[in-house]
Amino acid sequence: MLMLKCPYCGVMADETELSAGGEAHLKRFGPQSSAEDFEGYLFARENPKGVHVERWRHVNGCGKWFHAARCTLTLEVFGTYSAQVTAPPQDIRDAIRAKHPDWRWRDMA
Amino acid sequence: MKRYSAFAIAREALRFHSGWERAWRSPAPKKRYDVIIVGAGGHGLASAYYLGKNFGITNVAVLEKGWLGGGNTGRNTTIIRSNYLQDPSAAIYEKARSLYETMSQDLNYNVMFSPRGVIMLAQTHHEVRGYQRTAYANALQGVETQFIGPDKVKELCPIISLEGPRYPVLGGLWQPRGGTARHDAVAWGYARACSDMGMDIIQQCEVTGIRKDGGKVTGVDTTKGAMDCGQLGLVVAGHSGVLAEMAGFRLPVESLALQALVSEPVKPCMDVVVMANTVHGYMSQSDKGEMVIGGGTDGFNNYTQRGSFHHIEETVRALIETFPMISRLKMLRQWGGIVDMTGDRSPILSKTPVEGVFVNCGWGTGGFKSIPGSGWGMAELMAKGHSPLTEEFSMYRFREGKFIDESVAAGVAH
Repeated sequence: MLMLKCPYCGVMADETELSAGGEAHLKRFGPQSSAEDFEGYLFARENPKGVHVERWRHVNGCGKWFHAARCTLTLEVFGTYSAQVTAPPQDIRDAIRAKHPDWRWRDMA
Repeated sequence: MKRYSAFAIAREALRFHSGWERAWRSPAPKKRYDVIIVGAGGHGLASAYYLGKNFGITNVAVLEKGWLGGGNTGRNTTIIRSNYLQDPSAAIYEKARSLYETMSQDLNYNVMFSPRGVIMLAQTHHEVRGYQRTAYANALQGVETQFIGPDKVKELCPIISLEGPRYPVLGGLWQPRGGTARHDAVAWGYARACSDMGMDIIQQCEVTGIRKDGGKVTGVDTTKGAMDCGQLGLVVAGHSGVLAEMAGFRLPVESLALQALVSEPVKPCMDVVVMANTVHGYMSQSDKGEMVIGGGTDGFNNYTQRGSFHHIEETVRALIETFPMISRLKMLRQWGGIVDMTGDRSPILSKTPVEGVFVNCGWGTGGFKSIPGSGWGMAELMAKGHSPLTEEFSMYRFREGKFIDESVAAGVAH
């Protein structure tokens, strides 16, 4: 069973306590944007076979949203971090790059 | 190819079964094919088969990174039905269901299609209204379904408990012509027929790159060398996103794990398929006597072909409420497959931004039942550039807002 540590309440929560919220750090496009941008924002997800940066909610716990970096192929978790950021913090990136040196995420270097 | 028949069995019985041929050839790849299909699952093989049968295109290779039919084709719960709400879905699933009826004769391969009937239980008043609406829609679409009351449900499936502790059975949507088929045999039958038409099925051959020249596909790089092609069909279910990235475009698809399990074999006790969408579980009995059980998808992106145990618990709990007599059954096997889910839970059969590349994916949790219809439509799309079956399933529908919203219609996985 997948287990993630909630960065807010510190509980090591198992999957039944959590709710997955899909890809993290999406760039949002509103009503004035082009059809392509709007489609991309609503439907085009990264869906990698590898490291995935995603949102979770500690729904049956403290109720807070947070972020996690997880490998979709091995379910290895590289860490969880605050929901208040727009990109993975450096320590998470270092943890990922230690295993996957070529890892890239959208337009993040 | 020697045909299978009662006479063939008698002939082989007399000579110690020494004359059976391999069902399909395993040739070395050629330098060039008119069409390359990536993915030798049900959908890929059906696409190749109808390219040959309906359009005479037989210089075709079907590439498979693992073994034939080893992905979702061999991992589903083999249910066939076509009781969909939206017209485009009803059309392609009904085409598929009708092709299943004659598939064994068409392929000269027994796919054990068993039109035993499918009941989708209505367990809330909302569901009753929803399925009544579907039954009316199906009448207009020419799909034979009927909304039945609890007494008829009990008559069709005596082991069911109508007075469920959480959700009593209020009725059901009954499709008498739905049923099950042997999933492996569908892949094997198509493979044998494709091979017989001269197509090359190349297993353990993973596509590692897609070659393009000026926005048009020219070939693929694989672990068994490069091959040129005129057209390329990507029919790889959960790995569609990976292949699309190689071709240089993005698909609105996310990959999730969907699990199934089977029990120990028991005496025949259930001769219909029952789906209970409110409590999230469905069950049928295989010819061997195993109860074949499925539920909903796991909630997060996943390529592991395993699932989480608590989803199994949820499914089994739901089914024990619905069928109390199975509470002492031992479960034999459990497995997971990677399903490709789109935003509206309907498939994508489409041209792509790369000329000559076609994609057939996004079948999500409903892939097996649609195999022949999907192959029929995909073949027509590749051969003629358009097909009435696939027109509405373009990948561009998300940009245009023309969803085929079965996720709303079905409430859950469908």
